[in-house]
Amino acid sequence: MNTPTDLKYAASHEWLSPDGTVGISDFAQDQLGDVVYVELPEVGREVKAGETIAVVESVKTASDIYAPASGTITAVNDALGNAPELVNSGPYEDGWLFKLDVSEEGDDLMDAAAYEAANG
Amino acid sequence: MDNADQTPLKRTPLHAAHLRAGARMVPFGGWDMPVQYAGLRAEHTAVRGGAGMFDVSHMGEFRVTGPDAEKFLQFVTTNDVSKLKPGRAQYNWLPGESGGLIDDIYIYRVAAEEFLMVVNASNIQKDWAHLQAQLGQHDARLSDESEQWGLIAVQGPLSEEKLQPHTAADLSAAKKNSYFAARLFGMDVWLARTGYTGEDGFEVFVAAGEAERMWDKLLGIGLVPAGLGARDTLRLEAGFPLYGHEFSDSIHPLSSSYTWVVKEKTHLGRAHISAAPEVRLIGLALDKVPVREGYPVFAGGQLVGTVTSGSSSPTLGHPIAMALVNAGSADADEFEVEVRGKRHPARRMGLPFYKRG
Repeated sequence: MNTPTDLKYAASHEWLSPDGTVGISDFAQDQLGDVVYVELPEVGREVKAGETIAVVESVKTASDIYAPASGTITAVNDALGNAPELVNSGPYEDGWLFKLDVSEEGDDLMDAAAYEAANG
Repeated sequence: MDNADQTPLKRTPLHAAHLRAGARMVPFGGWDMPVQYAGLRAEHTAVRGGAGMFDVSHMGEFRVTGPDAEKFLQFVTTNDVSKLKPGRAQYNWLPGESGGLIDDIYIYRVAAEEFLMVVNASNIQKDWAHLQAQLGQHDARLSDESEQWGLIAVQGPLSEEKLQPHTAADLSAAKKNSYFAARLFGMDVWLARTGYTGEDGFEVFVAAGEAERMWDKLLGIGLVPAGLGARDTLRLEAGFPLYGHEFSDSIHPLSSSYTWVVKEKTHLGRAHISAAPEVRLIGLALDKVPVREGYPVFAGGQLVGTVTSGSSSPTLGHPIAMALVNAGSADADEFEVEVRGKRHPARRMGLPFYKRG
């Protein structure tokens, strides 16, 4: 399991970078399998930590994505529209989902070690 | 299917082999089954283009014997069992007394007075109770052999080529829906030219105690282990209804195009089968957003039905679905499917979505 140490992780498998970028973890993309569709929020939307804000669909199933922090959506990864498989191939790079202007982080975010321990 | 009641999940004779192969296991109809090994898409592609194998040992096997065995089966099924010769297998239905289907099944004729019935795993107990209750005055005997059999479905265009070196039987002579006793890797088996993927293949009936050794031999000749995930996308592309989705105790089975399964004869539940279905099973194709079971289907702005199975099609590269819609709307070309509150265009597509060349 690839779990970069500069990110924070939610129990629901989203990661949050210091600049407010959000994606799903390597563990999560592996569990989901081949991603075939990603539904992203509108830029400018205000979200609360824990709110359902996106959907990642694999061949088999649809999985809700929860906001790991409160704030405003400032960008979404439009490349996923034509290449949802980027979530599998680069969950921490080209497969990011959206960016948040964070007002407050969720209160249950974990560091990499705690996240790995929780999904060991 | 979840395991909400927390009864221990049943295991097939191949359970340990699945764990060794790194399968992700999920509860399915009361069984702990592999949903995928290396990955659903790779497994799906292996079956379409090469040869894969599935553990279907969870399915149930009932033997029906006795002077009235045929008469009994004629009464509890819709297809014509009298036409079935020894060495041949037949797709068939168990209709309910008050409509719908108890199950969809396969019947193998062993001899004039002997049959083997293969039933869906999640319906084993229900089917058994139903058949016992209907046995009545028939001079026939039922025995549940579900625990005694391992069943491995070898599927894909290279199935025959892969298996042939390991049996003396001439596989090229085996017709679709035929079966025969043979030795494969030195083990006694039945080989049936049947399957549920839309590809050529053989279902290997093997004693439960030898199933794991057979599985390892099949792995050794390069058959790709495939899980329930690929099994579902393969059968969906092939337009095969799945019990619990397109068939149930309450869905009129003639909503599907499988009208040939009902023959002119007297059988249980005949009056319900004879009534015209109010809904029809159709195929839908979408551009991008996958649709799932239970999503509402609209035509001309009106709610007309529900998705029964849906997924992204690995072969076609876009989402496909089967849906039950009001018969009056079933010939429309344009539909909409509601996904998380938003309606997406879907066009009707003839079933099957995929037919092998």
